[in-house]
Amino acid sequence: MTKPTKQELKEYTADADAWFSEHTPRDVGFMLPLTFMEVGTDQQFDFLRAWQRKQYEAGYLGAHWPKEYGGGGLHPKFQAVASTVMQKHNVPITLNAIGTNWAGPLLLDIGSEAHKKKYIKGILSAEDIWCQGFSEPDNGSDLGGLKLRAERDGNNYILNGSKIWTTLGAHAKYMILLARSDPDPKSKYAGMSFILTPMDAPGISTKKIKKITGEHGFTQTFFENANIPADGLVGAEGQGWRVAMQLLEYERGARAGQAGGIIMQTPDAFAIVDLARSAIRDGKPAIDDPVLRDKLVDFIIEIHAQNLNQIRAKIPGLNSEHPAGLMLMNKLVFSEQAREISQFAMTLLGENSAWYVDETNAPDGGLWARSYLNAFSATIGGGTSEIQHNILAEHVLGLPKDNIRVDA
Amino acid sequence: MMRKLADIGLNEMQVEMADLASRFCTEKSPIEQVRALLNDKQGYSESVWSEIVALGLTGIAVSSEFGGSGLGLAEVAPVVEHMGRTLMAGPYSDTILAAHIINSVASEDQKQSYLPQICAGRTCALGLSEPHGDWGLGKITTQASPSKSGYVLSGEKRLVSFADAADFILVTVVQDGVPALVILDRKDIPGAALRRENIIDETVRSYSLNLNGLTINTDALMVSTHMPDALNALHLAANLLNAAVMVGGTKAVLDLTIDYANTRIQFGRPIGAYQAVKHPLVDAWIGYEKARALLYSAAHSFSTEAEIAVRMARVKAETAFAFAADRAIQFHGATGFTHDCDAGLYRRRALYCASRYGDAAYQKHKLANLLFS
Ligand SMILES: Cc1cc2nc3c(=O)[nH]c(=O)nc-3n(C[C@H](O)[C@H](O)[C@H](O)COP(=O)(O)OP(=O)(O)OC[C@H]3O[C@@H](n4cnc5c(N)ncnc54)[C@H](O)[C@@H]3O)c2cc1C
Repeated sequence: MTKPTKQELKEYTADADAWFSEHTPRDVGFMLPLTFMEVGTDQQFDFLRAWQRKQYEAGYLGAHWPKEYGGGGLHPKFQAVASTVMQKHNVPITLNAIGTNWAGPLLLDIGSEAHKKKYIKGILSAEDIWCQGFSEPDNGSDLGGLKLRAERDGNNYILNGSKIWTTLGAHAKYMILLARSDPDPKSKYAGMSFILTPMDAPGISTKKIKKITGEHGFTQTFFENANIPADGLVGAEGQGWRVAMQLLEYERGARAGQAGGIIMQTPDAFAIVDLARSAIRDGKPAIDDPVLRDKLVDFIIEIHAQNLNQIRAKIPGLNSEHPAGLMLMNKLVFSEQAREISQFAMTLLGENSAWYVDETNAPDGGLWARSYLNAFSATIGGGTSEIQHNILAEHVLGLPKDNIRVDA
Repeated sequence: MMRKLADIGLNEMQVEMADLASRFCTEKSPIEQVRALLNDKQGYSESVWSEIVALGLTGIAVSSEFGGSGLGLAEVAPVVEHMGRTLMAGPYSDTILAAHIINSVASEDQKQSYLPQICAGRTCALGLSEPHGDWGLGKITTQASPSKSGYVLSGEKRLVSFADAADFILVTVVQDGVPALVILDRKDIPGAALRRENIIDETVRSYSLNLNGLTINTDALMVSTHMPDALNALHLAANLLNAAVMVGGTKAVLDLTIDYANTRIQFGRPIGAYQAVKHPLVDAWIGYEKARALLYSAAHSFSTEAEIAVRMARVKAETAFAFAADRAIQFHGATGFTHDCDAGLYRRRALYCASRYGDAAYQKHKLANLLFS
């Protein structure tokens, strides 16, 4: 593939900019989630699915993925440009992120020809929603101890056990499943297999779990003698841990190949400035209070700095001395900031923070209360903030590993 | 509503300056040299200064008609950042800042007589602080009153860095009710007028300057109708360079601590394996990367939309440096409590930098007015 000329990229950028200026949804009338893990209502789900499809059809998702599987067949620089434009327009998140940004690039890199033909297009268009079956009731951060059993039976696997916290589990057509294919492995991380699993296979059932927000969003997923075709195996049998670690590299942005798009929206510090303007304390707008002003400025600085970090990660002379570091820190930084900001918003609301979603008295429909509670989805899901600290310390700063944790 | 804030970028000259400064400072300012200079009267090496001059670093931000290279403070920032990393002290920043304001307010004759000298290595100290301790540069009590031969000065300046060894000292005064600048020849200042101050950063030489009764010629006075704006610009420029020093220092003290955390063994393991140590180090590193992003955004936009960007960089650089250096002491244990441990050099530097040109709280107050008005 030939490298695009400056002129070609310029034109492409202008086109993308025009497209997103025109089509980015604004003021949709309900709260849009910051990450796909926050998706809680059918309204959000339907809206985001349609939005993903629209972006895909316009050519701005997977623009660089091979044409024969449903991608745009362009040079990766085009998608990089499109994603930057999307960031600039602060577009709603990509719903099918597990597919577009984790499973998709994995399959393109190490999947079979049949996998690519079967799955890639549906991933991009959001026709096929994907979910991830890693966590189990007894194994979260310590994923390596997982127990779900995958027993080989000719051309099939028989699955028994359960997965939990399955985001979009009730909507998904496929799951990326990490299971134990060898019940008696030589070491903790041996004997696992990574299997693409159809969620409609007999023996698989999901049970919705009510989130702290009061909505549904993830499921517990049960496997009772579920019989699935073994051709969903990715990598060799018993090599599942290695495949899962590769998947996590796409997830954390440490490895390239994602379809692009926005999978985590930047929290907007200026939104709480508006709150501070309208909140009244002792007859005066809260925004006149010097202590609150100081805090608001801090939020704006922190978020702006991390936005700049994302931009400079792409500027060679300005990147961190630890090149993957700026991308690796994103999840920790933005998720914690989103939590802190929405928590602060609750204090700004004062008496009004008592109202919850659907209460007519609640300002902004209770958006802030829900935002705060939802914020924990990203400080826990996808590896907790504590685990993120370990990852950054060990993989970026080069500090020694935790005694207890062995991974990647 | 999202609001548009300053962008970030890097030009080729900045890259070149960073490479050059990184090599130069690492070679010329190893920690043993920094320590050796702690007890040196002048506080910096004359021969290193000559090399700085020979490399053209004093003229980066001076236009070519006066012997400089015609770049700007955006290209100075990486130099100062690397000086900050290696704790290299000396009159560099203040001399750059002096040239900056001379260029914007001085008469053509004054520019002709001072800027080429500065490019050629003459140093200029800055007398901006006064006993009242107000950070705003516009609050000036020092007076220049007409006298027979020119003007007579009254007042006192404080925290004048490297004043004793300087060739010139530029001070703010009020003349006829409006702010002005006076450039003093060090030779004309009696020894008793300079008193060495004992300050927290032992790498810096700092002086109080008693100006009472000092007389100057008319051509030493710089007046300009846009002096208040020029002083604001100087204030921002000083904050930009101060942020650069602090960002550099943050990186160095973090590396120092990571090194120690990887080698100091307790309970059979390097202390960096313990989360109570490793997690704060990650937070310190995140602080550093954020501060660096803001610094280069401020440098990038310095000539256009500087104020918000500079103040943000200044805030984050201060808090990041303070945290990294504070934890550096703690994570060195009792060693960290000793004067021999380098962590202390950085913590003292961080405190000194925080004291100059408006601390984080002061900057945030200004930012609030800029952002929420
Ligand atoms: C909204 C949401 C969506 C999710 N979606 C999915 C999904 O789609 N698929 C999926 O497989 N999983 C999903 N998860 C699960 C998620 O990956 C786990 O919750 C997470 O890895 C933590 O595991 P745990 O909940 O069992 O907590 P635990 O691992 O039991 O942790 C409990 C606490 O102990 C801390 N802790 C644990 N180990 C250490 C350590 N070594 N050092 C320091 N602190 C430690 C944790 O940080 C946490 O604070 C989701 C979770 C949430 C909240």
